[in-house]
Amino acid sequence: MAKNIAIRIFRFYWDGFRSMTIGKTLWMIILIKLFVMFVILKIFFFPNYLGKFDNSSDKQEYVSGELIQRAINP
Amino acid sequence: MMEAINTSLIDWSRAQFALTAIYHWLFVPLTLGLGVVQAIMETVYYKTGDDFWKKTAQFWMKIFGINFAIGVATGLILEFEFGTNWSNYSWFVGDIFGAPLAIEGIVAFFMEATFIAVMFFGWNKVSKGFHLASTWLTILGATISAFWILVANAWMQYPAGMQFNPDTVRNEMASFWEVALSPVALNKFFHTVLSGWIIGAMFVVGVASWFLLKKRETKFALASVKIGAIFGGIACLLSIWTGDGSAHQVAQRQPMKLAAMEGLYEGREGAGLVAIGLLNPAKTQHDDNKDPFLFKIEIPKLLSFFAERDINAYVPGITDIIEGGYRKKDGTMALSAEEKISRGKLAIQALADYRAAKTDSLKQQARATLDEHFQYFGYGYIKKSSDLIPPVGLTFYTFHLMVILGGFLLLLFAVATYLSCKNKFENKRWLQWTCLISIFLAIIAGQAGWVVAEVGRQPWAIQDILPVSAAISNLSAASVQVTFFVFLALFTVLLIAELKIMTNAIKKGPQID
Repeated sequence: MAKNIAIRIFRFYWDGFRSMTIGKTLWMIILIKLFVMFVILKIFFFPNYLGKFDNSSDKQEYVSGELIQRAINP
Repeated sequence: MMEAINTSLIDWSRAQFALTAIYHWLFVPLTLGLGVVQAIMETVYYKTGDDFWKKTAQFWMKIFGINFAIGVATGLILEFEFGTNWSNYSWFVGDIFGAPLAIEGIVAFFMEATFIAVMFFGWNKVSKGFHLASTWLTILGATISAFWILVANAWMQYPAGMQFNPDTVRNEMASFWEVALSPVALNKFFHTVLSGWIIGAMFVVGVASWFLLKKRETKFALASVKIGAIFGGIACLLSIWTGDGSAHQVAQRQPMKLAAMEGLYEGREGAGLVAIGLLNPAKTQHDDNKDPFLFKIEIPKLLSFFAERDINAYVPGITDIIEGGYRKKDGTMALSAEEKISRGKLAIQALADYRAAKTDSLKQQARATLDEHFQYFGYGYIKKSSDLIPPVGLTFYTFHLMVILGGFLLLLFAVATYLSCKNKFENKRWLQWTCLISIFLAIIAGQAGWVVAEVGRQPWAIQDILPVSAAISNLSAASVQVTFFVFLALFTVLLIAELKIMTNAIKKGPQID
């Protein structure tokens, strides 16, 4: 029963994607965009700035230091 | 010693964020508005069983799909920017900002993603009722998605429901409901969604007008104009109500923004609302005694009414907010900017003392000082009081542009509704041209609204708590400049691709006639 439903859902999506016309171009654009965003932009241009610290305690120290120092040395 | 944060880094980071947000906001309102229009058309099909309405709904659904596909995930870039460019901010607000965004991602997005498949693939495969329900649930999912994003944005404008923890250096959520249902969040949600409805409605009326200008698909175009114009007119009327609510909330929580929106330097009782005005470019300081306007037409007492629901109420101007000393609604005297800056410095020093304290009693002492002055924490970063004034010209003109365009669109929808109901729209070519051009005016009005909201609250990343100069990561300005232009190129290419695909689909038409 569950397998039957899963197959029907799969076929629903499969037939839907196969019958797309303009959708294929859109999917291509979406995939290129996601590649550019997650592989190029995220890795090379947008690393997590606080990711260089190993743990939360180091991040807390860093941010508190930043917040305190910037008030003294704006 | 830490290097000083230069203004170029702040400006480029803000420009990059603004560019991304403006690009993202090209797609979102069309998704919200066009989605409702197509769902209304499918509802008519469900009620009547007339195949014309099915084809009409399917055409708009195709346009909706193109917009949705190109716009999908553009908002994620904003989240990348938070992590890279605004890392102090991200850490400082993590728990509060993270919760609404997580709910948005988990609940709303998956709801949207599930039902959108049925909406596009389910014609003739599921029952009419189930398909219609899927269409409405897709739009509901998109709207709920917008709600959680706007809750996060509203918290930056009005930080509520949180407690600052000096151990973790984070604001922690004290009340989920205070964050989610703050008056600023609710008002922002309704006003923003309504602006999306207006843009979507104008898009439908404008594109349908193009078909009439081309003398194609006449029945489809006239039906689309009628539904779009009625829907847009209702959205415009409701947005007057939410706009009034926005002005009231801004007056209560961000008086400096309201003063900048109105170019109000000297506060007064029974303040009038500037309907049209030309700012005096010679006025460069709030206290230079120069007239802020070269010319203005004012509606008497209306600003006081919007701000305080009392036509004789006092509305503080920019100079008053900087100098303080006026009596606030709660009876207390307003502090001067200098006093707030002093208290902010005390709060920051208390945070430093707390983190350096070796004994519990020293910690408690520092904590008490921090809690007492935390509401002014961000002022401790302000170098001079005039830094608290947002760009008055940009805020004033974008606010008035938004209002004027909103009024124009209401009039346009009213005329279009009247003429389409009287079956006279088809021959009014001047009106069809106006509707077509007005698609861009509606988009400009929506963007102007965001400029008012975001530029008007400068210098704050979080109102009163954290200015952008403290929120920003210590990056090199050059690297931010590079990514700005990378984004500009990427967004331009994607926008050209969208316009090309969308215009091709529109030119093909619904092929009903």
